[in-house]
Amino acid sequence: MNLESLLNIVYILSAITFILGFKLLSNPETARRGNILSAVGMAVAIAATFMFPEVVRFQFIVIGMIVGASIGLLFAYRTPMTGMPQMVGLLNGFGGTASLLVAWAEYTAHPEQSGMGGGMLWITAIIGSVTFSGSMIAWAKLEERFISGKPIMYTGQRYVTMAVMASLLTLGFLFARDTAAGDATLFLGIVTALALILGILLVIPIGGADMPVVICMLNSYSGMAACASGFIVQNNLLIVAGALVGASGIILTLIMCKAMNRSVANVFLGGFGADTGGSTMEVVGEIKPVKADEAYLMLEAANSVVIVPGYGLAVSQAQHAVRELMEVLEKNGTEVRFAIHPVAGRMPGHMNVLLAEANVSYDAMVEMDAVNPTMETVDVCMIIGANDVVNPAAKEDKASPLWGMPIIEADRSRTVIVMKRSMGKGFAGVANPLFFRNNTRMLFGDAKASLQAIINEFKGA
Amino acid sequence: MEVLVFLLFILVLAIFLGFEIISKVPSLLHTPLMSGSNAISGITVVGAMIAAGLGQGNDLAAMLGGAAVGFAMINVVGGYFVTDRMLNMFKKKDKKG
Repeated sequence: MNLESLLNIVYILSAITFILGFKLLSNPETARRGNILSAVGMAVAIAATFMFPEVVRFQFIVIGMIVGASIGLLFAYRTPMTGMPQMVGLLNGFGGTASLLVAWAEYTAHPEQSGMGGGMLWITAIIGSVTFSGSMIAWAKLEERFISGKPIMYTGQRYVTMAVMASLLTLGFLFARDTAAGDATLFLGIVTALALILGILLVIPIGGADMPVVICMLNSYSGMAACASGFIVQNNLLIVAGALVGASGIILTLIMCKAMNRSVANVFLGGFGADTGGSTMEVVGEIKPVKADEAYLMLEAANSVVIVPGYGLAVSQAQHAVRELMEVLEKNGTEVRFAIHPVAGRMPGHMNVLLAEANVSYDAMVEMDAVNPTMETVDVCMIIGANDVVNPAAKEDKASPLWGMPIIEADRSRTVIVMKRSMGKGFAGVANPLFFRNNTRMLFGDAKASLQAIINEFKGA
Repeated sequence: MEVLVFLLFILVLAIFLGFEIISKVPSLLHTPLMSGSNAISGITVVGAMIAAGLGQGNDLAAMLGGAAVGFAMINVVGGYFVTDRMLNMFKKKDKKG
C-alpha cells in the first residue's frame, strides 16, 4: 500500500469522528465528548497532511498555524457568551476566506486546469467570497458597528443583484474555457471582486431581526465553500466535512424560517421591518405599570412561573440575576421553567447557552411546543427582553407582519409581567397588544436592576 | 471525469447523512452545533497545507496557502475550544425541595 492510500484511510477515520461527533451532540450528556472526539479527528487529519508527498516546505504552514491558532484561542476564551452570534458570524467568514485562498493558491500553482477544474475554481471563489463579505456585514449588523441593524434598501436593488449574478456567470464561462490564457487571471480576479460585492448586496437588505437566519445560511455557505475546495484538491475529507456543515446550516435556516412563519425567499429578499405594515388591529386597554414590590407579591403567591427570555436579557447581562430569582422562587416552592422560542436571541440556541452559563439546569429549559399547552396553568409568565415572540398579534391580527408566526402564548397565563426598558417596539418594529391586556403588568427599567430589586424583596421578606 | 463522479457520489451520500444526524440535534444545543460546524469547516486547513507546502518556484501559491492555513486554523482552534467551553456549561442539576 502506498503512502497516498494510507493517508486516505486516515482521512476516512477523521470523517468518522466528525460524523460521530455530530451524533453525540444529540444529547447534552454526551455532547462534550462528541466535540472532543471530533477535535481529535481533526488533529489526526492535520498531522497526516504533513506527510503528504507534495508538502516539502514547512515555514508557511507553521507560521499560518501559529498565527491562526493563537487568534482562535483568543477568540474562544475572550468572547463573552452574549457575543456568540458575532463570533460564529466571524468564523463563518474566515471559513469562506480560507476556501477562497485555497482556490487562488491552487490556481497560481496549476494555471492549466480542465474545464471542470476551472469551474470548480470559479465556484469556490464565488462561495468563499460571498461567505466572507456577507459574514462581515452580518457581523457589523449584529455589533451595530459601522452600519445599523436596519435593512438597507434602494431602488433597483434586485436588478443590481441580478446584474452582478449574470456577470459572474459570463465571467465564469470565459475563465473556465481556457484557464491558462493570459487574461484568465483577470477574469478570476473580477469574479472574486464581484462575488465580494454580491455578498454585501445579499446581506444589507436583511434586517437585524432576521440575522439569526442569515448567520445560519452563512454557516452553511462556509461548509459549501470547504466542500467546493475539496473538489479542487480532490480530497474526500473536505467534501464530507463540508457537506456536513452545509447540511447543518441549511437545517438551522429552515428551522428558523419555520419559527417565523416566513419562507427562505421572503427572508433573503429582505426589507422585513423596514416598513411596519398596515396593521388594522386597534390596541385596546391601557398600560398598567408596576413596581418591583408588586411584582414580588405576584411571584411570591405563584405556584408555577414561566420565564420567557429574549435578546434584552443578553443586552442587560441579566442571566445571572435571573438564575438567582429562579433559586429564591424554587426555595419558595414555586416551579420555574424557561420557555425558549426558536428565534429568541440572535442565533439558534443563544438563550440556552446564556442560561447554561448562569448555571440554569438544562432540564428547566423547555421548548415552545412543550410549554404552550400548559400555559393556562401558569400563574405568572415573566417576559424578560422578549417582544415579537410573545406578540398575540401573530394569532389574532391578519394584517400584522407577524401573522402566522408561532409564538409562546404568554397571554394565556393568569398574569403576565413584562420587563422592558421602555415602550419601544420589538426588533421587527411591530406594536405588541400583549402590553395592553388586562392580565399584563409592565415592569419598566433595566432587566438586571429590576430582577435584583425583586430578589431583594424576597430576601427582605 | 471519473474522479469527479466518484467525488460527487461521496458528496451526495454525505449530504443525506448530514441531514439525518443533524436534524436529531435538539434546539437546546443549536449554538454549540453552529460553533462546532465552524470548527469542522476549518477542514479546509488540509487543502491549505498542501498548497502552503509546495516547493520552490511556487512561492506565491505557497504564501496564499499559508494565509489559508491561518484562517482555517482560527476556525479549527476557535471553533473547538469555544464549543467545549459552552458544552461544559450545560449541566443537569438535582432539583432540591
